[in-house]
Amino acid sequence: MNPYIVLGLLLMAALAVGAWQQKKKALLYEISWGHQIRKTLTSKSFLLQLGGFVAFILTWEVTVKTLGLPWFNRLPGPWECLLEWLSPDPAYGISIYTEDYYTHILYSTYRATTAFVLATLLGVPMGLLMGWSRKFYDYSYPLVELIRPIPPLAWVPLAILILPGDEPAVIFVTFLVAFFVTALNTLLGVESIDESYFRAARCLGADKRRLLFDVVLPGAMPFIFTGLQISMGAAWFSLVAGEMIAAQYGLGFLIWDSYSLIQYPVIVIGMATLGVIGWISSAAVRSVGRKLMAWRERELFGA
Amino acid sequence: MSIRSVGKIYDPEGVHVVALKDCSLEIAAGEFVAIVGPSGCGKSTLLNTIAGFDGLTSGEILLDGEPLATVDKDPSPGPDRVVVFQHGALFPWKTVLENVTYGPVVQGAMTEEEANTRAREMLSRVGLNDIETAYPGQLSSGMQRRVEIIRALINNPKVLLLDEPFRAMDTVTKSASHQYLLELYDATGKTIFFITHDLEEAIFLADKVLVMTTRPGYIKKTLQVNLPRPRQYSMLASEEFLAMKAQLVEAVHEEAVKAFEAGEREMA
Repeated sequence: MNPYIVLGLLLMAALAVGAWQQKKKALLYEISWGHQIRKTLTSKSFLLQLGGFVAFILTWEVTVKTLGLPWFNRLPGPWECLLEWLSPDPAYGISIYTEDYYTHILYSTYRATTAFVLATLLGVPMGLLMGWSRKFYDYSYPLVELIRPIPPLAWVPLAILILPGDEPAVIFVTFLVAFFVTALNTLLGVESIDESYFRAARCLGADKRRLLFDVVLPGAMPFIFTGLQISMGAAWFSLVAGEMIAAQYGLGFLIWDSYSLIQYPVIVIGMATLGVIGWISSAAVRSVGRKLMAWRERELFGA
Repeated sequence: MSIRSVGKIYDPEGVHVVALKDCSLEIAAGEFVAIVGPSGCGKSTLLNTIAGFDGLTSGEILLDGEPLATVDKDPSPGPDRVVVFQHGALFPWKTVLENVTYGPVVQGAMTEEEANTRAREMLSRVGLNDIETAYPGQLSSGMQRRVEIIRALINNPKVLLLDEPFRAMDTVTKSASHQYLLELYDATGKTIFFITHDLEEAIFLADKVLVMTTRPGYIKKTLQVNLPRPRQYSMLASEEFLAMKAQLVEAVHEEAVKAFEAGEREMA
């Protein structure tokens, strides 16, 4: 298919998604759908958002292509990258029509998700325990604070030595960063809970175990979810770094490999893909958080 | 309930603070007792020792003749003495109904269905029938406090401990809150231990108003309030009421001055 047709289809899809969201908003404010769309398209904030995109693309095109400034002139222009990305017959072998593109995405997504899930499963209990037991806090906190600042990449050699093969090593370094973020935010969440909730629960007859499930966990939930969003982002950045060093697939590998092979548009395709996936994954964590914390949503925005 | 020469000494990091000293008082079953005194005088410390949040360093507290807290006995809170907190402590993550039924369900005193039925009954008695699925954050402060008092009462406590529950309210909400608290008191006949620094509130609500001294805290003056029940707002302007208020103003003012001077000394 002609890349221009694909571009048109993509734009239409984006508009449809936008319109659908405006419809939800229109229902909320009880005004007509068309009116809400007009209101949004002419709103200052929408125009500024659009302006930001246009300015970014223009600056890129002008510095790289039109002026061809020194240092910048080896970079591909935005148009060139977009056409390559949408081309059925890409010059460098990576576009939305090639299987390889999706293999890289799948590998990266699989690693990030595995690391994120592991980090959540271990990090949340770790943080709860640290906030819950003074002894465990004293025992573990200094150690955590000492290990946490070690950049993920510094772990790669040891991870490769300890774990069988590159794959677990990359997942491990990704996991590590996400784990600390999750654990520390959970700890912060537990510490943020007002003492009177504990007292009230004890008055009403809750034992230690009930306190954990009825006060500590729900009370820490807002911080836990903030932590999970940061952890998701952190997982992606350490994943890409890990993939650049030790992997045969994945977006990080793709970007680094394309650099070595002088296939510059592919670098941009990889980066843009990371941007989109990162945004989607954060949005997913946010929406799960909203579902779990209906009480907070209603508290902040009314019934 | 008897509180016998209770003392409480805090010793955080070597700073010796005597919060309560030889503090004694008797509360009869079904009596509404209000404690007034300058801020920082140990009213809340006393409440915390009764509630079982804090231990005491001398004396003892008896409830129905049974020792509740002594020097050797570790404090433990329980559903026989439920506290309603100054800033409110409804669980924001639970709905109104879940909050109210929490006590009986967690104690295993009622099944969830029994608790739900009972909670609905009690909520409708204070005019809160339509809000059971709401979260506390959606309610006004007056409604929140009403729900919290119901959450305490559903446990059928021997004594209800109220720690300045109406402190942060505007005048209108406050007087409406007085109204339903009095109605609940008249209906249930619960023993109530009420902390406040609002003298009018204390006289209007209570059978007995106790004035507490500034640190070290003990009961300096006991004022028997002989206004008939049910209490009416017109009583606020009666001569009897004003005379009692004058007595309290004098007693509390003395303590406030002492507290202020002590504060000055600490600063210097």
